[in-house]
Amino acid sequence: MASTANADIADKHLLDGKDPEKIKQEMLRDYPPKIARKRAKQIVINKVDKDQNVPEISSNVRTIPGLIGQRGCCYAGCKGVVLGPTRDIINITHGPIGCGFYSWLTRRNQTDASTSEDGHNFMPYCFSTDMQDKEIIFGGEKKLEQAIQEAYDNFHPKAIAVFATCPVGLIGDDIHAVSRKMKARLGINVFGFSCEGYKGVSQSAGHHIANNGIFKNVIGNDDTVREGEFKLNLLGEYNIGGDAFEIERIFEKCGITLVSTFSGNSSIDDFANAHTADLNLIMCHRSINYVAEMMETKFGLPWIKVNFIGAQATAKSLRKIAQYFEDPKLTEKVEAVIAGEMPEIENALQMIRPRTKGKRAMMFVGGSRAHHYQELFTEMGMETLSAGYEFGHRDDYEGRKVLPDIKVDADSRNIEELEISPDQDRFKPRKSSEELKKLMEDGLAFSEYDGMMTEMKTGSMIIDDLTQHEADKLIESFKPDIFCAGIKEKYAVQKHGIPMKQLHSYDYGGPYAGFVGAINFYKDIERMVNSRIWGFLKAPWEKNPELAANYVFDE
Amino acid sequence: MRKIAIYGKGGIGKSTTTQNTVAGLAEMGEQVMVVGCDPKADSTRLLLGGLAQKTVLDTLREEGEDVELDDVLKPGYKGVMCTESGGPEPGVGCAGRGIITSINLLEQLGAYTESKKLDYAFYDVLGDVVCGGFAMPIREGKAEEIYIVVSGEMMAMYAANNICKGIVKFAEAGVVRLGGLICNSRNVDNEKEMIEALADQLGTQMIHFIPRDNVVQRAEINRKTVIDYEPENAQADEYRTLAKKIAANEMRVIPTPLEIEELEKLLIDYGIAA
Repeated sequence: MASTANADIADKHLLDGKDPEKIKQEMLRDYPPKIARKRAKQIVINKVDKDQNVPEISSNVRTIPGLIGQRGCCYAGCKGVVLGPTRDIINITHGPIGCGFYSWLTRRNQTDASTSEDGHNFMPYCFSTDMQDKEIIFGGEKKLEQAIQEAYDNFHPKAIAVFATCPVGLIGDDIHAVSRKMKARLGINVFGFSCEGYKGVSQSAGHHIANNGIFKNVIGNDDTVREGEFKLNLLGEYNIGGDAFEIERIFEKCGITLVSTFSGNSSIDDFANAHTADLNLIMCHRSINYVAEMMETKFGLPWIKVNFIGAQATAKSLRKIAQYFEDPKLTEKVEAVIAGEMPEIENALQMIRPRTKGKRAMMFVGGSRAHHYQELFTEMGMETLSAGYEFGHRDDYEGRKVLPDIKVDADSRNIEELEISPDQDRFKPRKSSEELKKLMEDGLAFSEYDGMMTEMKTGSMIIDDLTQHEADKLIESFKPDIFCAGIKEKYAVQKHGIPMKQLHSYDYGGPYAGFVGAINFYKDIERMVNSRIWGFLKAPWEKNPELAANYVFDE
Repeated sequence: MRKIAIYGKGGIGKSTTTQNTVAGLAEMGEQVMVVGCDPKADSTRLLLGGLAQKTVLDTLREEGEDVELDDVLKPGYKGVMCTESGGPEPGVGCAGRGIITSINLLEQLGAYTESKKLDYAFYDVLGDVVCGGFAMPIREGKAEEIYIVVSGEMMAMYAANNICKGIVKFAEAGVVRLGGLICNSRNVDNEKEMIEALADQLGTQMIHFIPRDNVVQRAEINRKTVIDYEPENAQADEYRTLAKKIAANEMRVIPTPLEIEELEKLLIDYGIAA
């Protein structure tokens, strides 16, 4: 997706025939001056120069009270996103019942318990301490202890995790002390996450806290080296709508051994064992890069950024894996698999492309999804006019090269940063520095992510932490053919008569990852962008009144 | 019914002063209720002759929703109705939320209804107004009149000034007003003059100066107010006087808190420098 030369008329980059700068000013016009100044830094007209530099975008900053935003809370990021998809940890929400209930399977994470010996799957359950006035006043530690005991007595899980909600932080319940006590008493792994909802500026804080907790309490607990070749972990893939199943299918066909996924279709046993793999793949950079960094420092396995959303992106990611392992047998297998899958992709695209080509999309979701799904739209001949993250940081937009320039503010300092050093016995660099250097020269980028903006057209509107007002303005200005976000935005978008696709939960669809997923996506989107249902939003009498009359007082 | 809240620095003698004054009012034939708003639940010990009763929150915890007013409201010295909010042990939970829950419950149970024929309700609140919960008695028009117990010691005056800042916030939005400062003497030099000057600068009055007397401690160890323990003692008369002054008091102000420099100047002028 290189910048378009023909749009470069009179130094103005038109977006869909319109001046994006003017639309930005229209968006800001309705805000009070101070808010407009702040939002102006979060609404950026993309400009990619020849050195792949992009403008700075303000992100991972506080949402302005009064603006309707998209974000979730720290607890949602920790319990809901990162730990929620793991089937055999009993995740207990320590707090009032609402937090537990509303974070219960709403993302449609799937899992296959038949692959675990014990068959444990606690995801269909919702565990909460159901704090009442009484526990707020007198402290909830005893009730938490009881809840852990009760969960253990009923299910005998391998591990129990405790998640703190806002009131727990306010009253100072020590969930870590309770976890330690119960770990000693029950003889299973019990650990807590201080992920009170008010921490940080978005769910991003919760991801970081989840990463820290899983690294401290689980990763490295089991040194068993599994059988199999080309061992790797897949990080930041949450098996929404069965995505992980499709990626697993592809890995299996390629002869790649997946040690652990964080955390789609995962088991705590896989996490404990993850450090024995030889490569970490990162899908969702925002939610999981911390674990990859820490594993590299402590155990010596490097990480690369991949993307299994989009057929071409999947093929590219598989080739990166093959390149890393430097094994002709694997390379051959990967190429054979890609060659085997592509005809069906081409067939599907031939069917749908005539009906999707030239359609325009907008995406405001996640910390990676707004980037990854552009691949699929490009394959369908569609253009992404505008995109942004809910909780991404500057590196997710502009690439990791800006990391040294990111100002760490007080909100981020509030989140623990673990000091990691190489493990005395278990640190083992998987590649020598010469080997790494050679691979990098051959184009394999380690610990690198170029961000979303470098891959978007000059002139595209990049909007961080999109507000409802801005969404309305975008839709009014461009009338996109499809708008992708989450459940909170869904109905507001549909009221504009624009099809809306949820990219958190996939509505009722999926998988959308890998090759099979790409075809599913093509079909679903083709159906949506060509649907005539939106034409019926206006009642016939609104369009062609049968009777016309004037009020007397108007005459 | 007059609804009065007593505030002041921790350890200044709020509970002792409140109970002795209430005993004075009871002697005058007034019907009084004392609501202890301190997790230690010792605001009614001298009126009840010991920490005999169960607190509102303990009762709520044990009985569930099925709480009767009689479970938590007990008559003490000369028919003074006593109740303790109670709260968690130190270091756990949220005492502030406890006060809120407890006062709401008392209201719902009808502790303040006309039929109770109360002349006074006193709220005795834990030392520092550390969070919103401890401001509950002065929010939403619960207490309308506040007396701050203070001494000539710097931190006590500092606390009194801070409490005034809190009163301003709630006074501007509601009915609560400052009734005056009660000086519970610590035998600091120029104490009376200094507190009078402080009261003056706060825009209020020093309603009474209670001299220091060890009979108060002797009465306390016997779980009694001075009025109950040694009715003839001169100290008992001090509390009777305070009770009368409060009964007659019509001064209600929104205080004008001092800047820290002003407060320090006051101390230097009357205290250290003198």
